[in-house]
Amino acid sequence: MNPADLRYDKEHEWVRVEGDVAVIGISDFAQDQLGEVVYVDLPDAGDELVAGDTFGEIESVKSVSELFAPVSGTVVEVNDELDTASEVINSDPYGAGWMVKIKLSDASQLDALMSAGEYEAFVANEA
Amino acid sequence: MTEVLSRTPLYEEHLAAGARMVPFAGFEMPVQYAGIIDEHRAVRSAAGIFDVCHMAEFRVFGFEAFDALQKLVTNDLHKIDEMSKAVYTVMCDESGGIIDDLIVYHTGDLEYLIIANASNRAVDAEWIAAHLPEGVEFVDESDRTGLIALQGPEAVRIITELSGEEPPERFHIAEARLDDSIPVLLARTGYTGEDGVEIVCAASDAPAIWRLLLSFEEVTPCGLGARDTLRLEMGYPLHGSDMDRSIDPISAGLSWVVSLKKDEFNGRAVLAAIKEAGPERKLVGLTVSEGVPRHGYPVLHDGVEVGTVASGTFSPTLEHGIATAYVPAALAESGTCLEISVRRKNVSATVTRPPFVKRTSLSA
Repeated sequence: MNPADLRYDKEHEWVRVEGDVAVIGISDFAQDQLGEVVYVDLPDAGDELVAGDTFGEIESVKSVSELFAPVSGTVVEVNDELDTASEVINSDPYGAGWMVKIKLSDASQLDALMSAGEYEAFVANEA
Repeated sequence: MTEVLSRTPLYEEHLAAGARMVPFAGFEMPVQYAGIIDEHRAVRSAAGIFDVCHMAEFRVFGFEAFDALQKLVTNDLHKIDEMSKAVYTVMCDESGGIIDDLIVYHTGDLEYLIIANASNRAVDAEWIAAHLPEGVEFVDESDRTGLIALQGPEAVRIITELSGEEPPERFHIAEARLDDSIPVLLARTGYTGEDGVEIVCAASDAPAIWRLLLSFEEVTPCGLGARDTLRLEMGYPLHGSDMDRSIDPISAGLSWVVSLKKDEFNGRAVLAAIKEAGPERKLVGLTVSEGVPRHGYPVLHDGVEVGTVASGTFSPTLEHGIATAYVPAALAESGTCLEISVRRKNVSATVTRPPFVKRTSLSA
């Protein structure tokens, strides 16, 4: 079940807003499609993310996918735990599997993202 | 154009088990059930079963069957003169290109069973039939034949319990009955590096056998994903990735299946010349420091591209990337430092003699 307090994009990332900071990860659907994650390549603190652009890569045994920034901003924290325990993206995609925290540069971009309900309809359509 | 996919007799079993299905060699096949890594580890530590019903089974029969097959394949079939023996080989065209890799089983008087890759079924069937003399019977039995691989350190104990007797020795095949009823052939062969059997059966019996095997708590159903990671940890080549019609078996590291003692077989002259001169390029194993190498990624030496990755994956046992690649013979020595361009960065890759995983139930 996708948490109702998050926003989602069509590339299957989610965003949790905490004040002017956005936490970003990938959805349960995305991790399930990927299979067991073995590597994640994430930006460094201080890097700029641009909405719609790639900000990293995620690899499972079978495939590699790019990560797309759902919103723009400056990276303030990276989940270093994923370097050694990338499998938590599979086991807890909305919790311990978070990827980066960014300081939002344009909060209005959040309006373009989907609610949990809209995202579920989108996924149902795509599957 | 939409490809019409075939289904194996186990299709419904896969759906019921929640497998993720993908197109492969014209079939809808399970790529994974619970997850590739768990399935992989189940095979290395206990036992796994694989639906390989999509593979091709050919039967060749007749007084001249042996002589004809001896000319078709590169290995020496005298190794299987004794009934019930099996041998791994490749089948080459006149220029030494690998049409397919096969296992030939001596199943009866004047009779041989060939198990080949699903993706090459039509090409193989046409090639073999065209090269057999009149009087040698060739039957493509793929559609009515089921094939289930049971692999892992527990596999032999399980099949012994199911058949009431020890399975045949390594690289042998024998008749058996499972659960006192279902007639099968048990082949002590496989593609995982673990001990185990491949169960040849009537296609209609495959679901019952699959369920019998799953009634053992220690048996895990495994998909094509784990099949690929398991075979690559052993350095077993895959036709279509590690070899094809443009590649000869000497370059592919399969000299050991090319028997130049034989006077005459397809590709002999070319292969003898390559063996004499030494191949220009060789298939090597690569151990990768970070990231996951994949088919087609460039391989570099001192910044210059010298080859491409043939097969690559994440090794669940070693927990790092492993690959195979064709590189110039001068760079094929174990320990040679190369690089693989893993998309945006170059990662170091060390030439490593396969198998990447040394200790399995087969090596023990």
